[in-house]
Amino acid sequence: MYQYDKYDQKMVDARVAEFRDQANRRIAGELTEDQFKPLRLKNGLYLQLHAYMLRVAIPYGTLNSRQMRMLATIARKYDRGYAHFTTRQNIQYNWIKLEQAADILADLSTVEMHAIQTSGESIRNVSSDQYAGATADEIVDPRPYAELIRQATSFHPEFSYMPRKFKIAVIASDEDRAAMRLHDLGFKLVRNDKGELGFEVYVGGGMGRTPFVSPLIRDFLPVDQMFSYTEAVLRVWNRWARRDNIHKQRIKILVHEWGAEKMKEKIEAEWQEILPNASDIPRKELERIATYFEAPAFDDEAAEEIDLSDPDFKIWVDQNVRPHKHPGYAIANISLKPVKGIPGDASADQIDLMADLAEQYSFDELRVTHAQNIVFAHVKKSDLYALWQKLDAAGLAPANIDLISDIIACPGLDYCSLANARSIPVAQKIAERFSDAEAQRDLGELKLKISGCINACGHHHSGHIGILGVDRKGTENYQLLLGGSGAEDASLGKITGPGFDEDGIVNAVATTVSKYKELREDGERFLDTYRRVGMAPFKEALYD
Amino acid sequence: MKILTGNDLKTGDVIWWTGSDWSRHIEDAVDVGENFEALLHQEEAARRVNTPYAIDATATEDGPRPAHIKDRVRALGPTVRPDLTLKPADPEAGNWII
Repeated sequence: MYQYDKYDQKMVDARVAEFRDQANRRIAGELTEDQFKPLRLKNGLYLQLHAYMLRVAIPYGTLNSRQMRMLATIARKYDRGYAHFTTRQNIQYNWIKLEQAADILADLSTVEMHAIQTSGESIRNVSSDQYAGATADEIVDPRPYAELIRQATSFHPEFSYMPRKFKIAVIASDEDRAAMRLHDLGFKLVRNDKGELGFEVYVGGGMGRTPFVSPLIRDFLPVDQMFSYTEAVLRVWNRWARRDNIHKQRIKILVHEWGAEKMKEKIEAEWQEILPNASDIPRKELERIATYFEAPAFDDEAAEEIDLSDPDFKIWVDQNVRPHKHPGYAIANISLKPVKGIPGDASADQIDLMADLAEQYSFDELRVTHAQNIVFAHVKKSDLYALWQKLDAAGLAPANIDLISDIIACPGLDYCSLANARSIPVAQKIAERFSDAEAQRDLGELKLKISGCINACGHHHSGHIGILGVDRKGTENYQLLLGGSGAEDASLGKITGPGFDEDGIVNAVATTVSKYKELREDGERFLDTYRRVGMAPFKEALYD
Repeated sequence: MKILTGNDLKTGDVIWWTGSDWSRHIEDAVDVGENFEALLHQEEAARRVNTPYAIDATATEDGPRPAHIKDRVRALGPTVRPDLTLKPADPEAGNWII
């Protein structure tokens, strides 16, 4: 994985010193909150319901064991012994003190981590595929390109004061595991007829209060021109974004108002304008970055067989383990969704354990997924049983990846100052209702996603079943959505009808699932059945 | 009743105006009536509280109960982590929020 050079380290250390000074000036009263807020947001520090909250960047969700241990240390030393993995492959801490925030950033810097551009009107953490470099279905590893764009857009003076936040994803497989088309800018690595590597470029996706699936804007962009094209996209947005209404400032609104064709024309015109002086990253630099993502030294003699005689282990393998491109290896998913647990939360001890196990079993590397789980990308099949036993002993082996209890949920009103309703208790009740392992597996892939407000951090628009918490006259109310997807078949869920109270929404999900079981045909996922039969039968079951 | 709340500038803790100081416990909050603007400015200027504001609450036997659920969550702590609330020993404390 990528390692800082002297410039990276110098920039991060300088930012820590700068923020320490800013925080001290705020505490001393030299800065008002209005003056300080944009400065702290540039360093990932929010003020939430109970305390300051710090969001730490995990670029494209990849980190090593040393970094993971530091995340555990921070949870113990500065927080309350746990942390929350987010839907942008980051991690956040809920109980941070302003007077200690710079110390945390200094500690992070010692392991090449930071919180820069994890909030505010900036280019956020670049997302990618959690199976990058391990899955057989990718064209190449997308992470060098994600890293390149991360470097090129960090501290970029032209893009430091954007109309709003801007989110980029890079993938390299037909199967989209990063919700690429729900990003402001999405890159999908492809090869053209000549076998050359390039990108399909998608612009204008997003969730939030006005969700859109991004249209294809360019069907082939040579890889060497990734950054100049990104610049063109950002410049068009920066120039034309609506600034009269904060809710209409994202690039998706511009794409929606203009249409994809006009957006394409504008971007292409801007790109042609800047190409003569383009600041594209030299191939040599990309090659330098790519060396950090070379495949680890796989054992070519690694055994292919797995002893599945332990039935609980077999269930975990069936549900949580995915094929690896190298014989004798597998991709292991660690679910952070135990029944009665909080989606995405892990204790400091669990974080430490995962760091140790990654060091022992997965070439010292971990991935955070946008579904708030952890991935060990390169595990010998012969090590899977030992790994599972150690995970299971620590409560880290729920066998539910992509099942109904593998719920994405934002922190909701239990933690977030923007939320209108609590998400986590609803997730817990649904997970408990469907806790029967066999019944869950019988339902098959069913992605359930919950947001506590229209900002959609819980990705409810892209849930096969989505839940949106709203405030109805001071009480929590939950709308049900059906038919969304964040995958390669991206779509937006539709609201079923009037909302429900907390117990009502759990019952509504149960009713929906029962109807699916009644209607499904052989091999159909919930989403397939919904797309075949439409909303009507579900609506009838829910409201008649 | 109107009560004042905000976050401690240094720690971020949720705090409530007691009439002379700020407390982490909503039970200590007092009714400030309608003329609280000057007090808000004074306390913010003194850097004892970050972004204070007034909320509606109801006086009850157990002390003020904020009108809005968001402020009740702020007052007690996350309903999903009773151990991290201000009343970790009381398993029923979360009912006060709902």
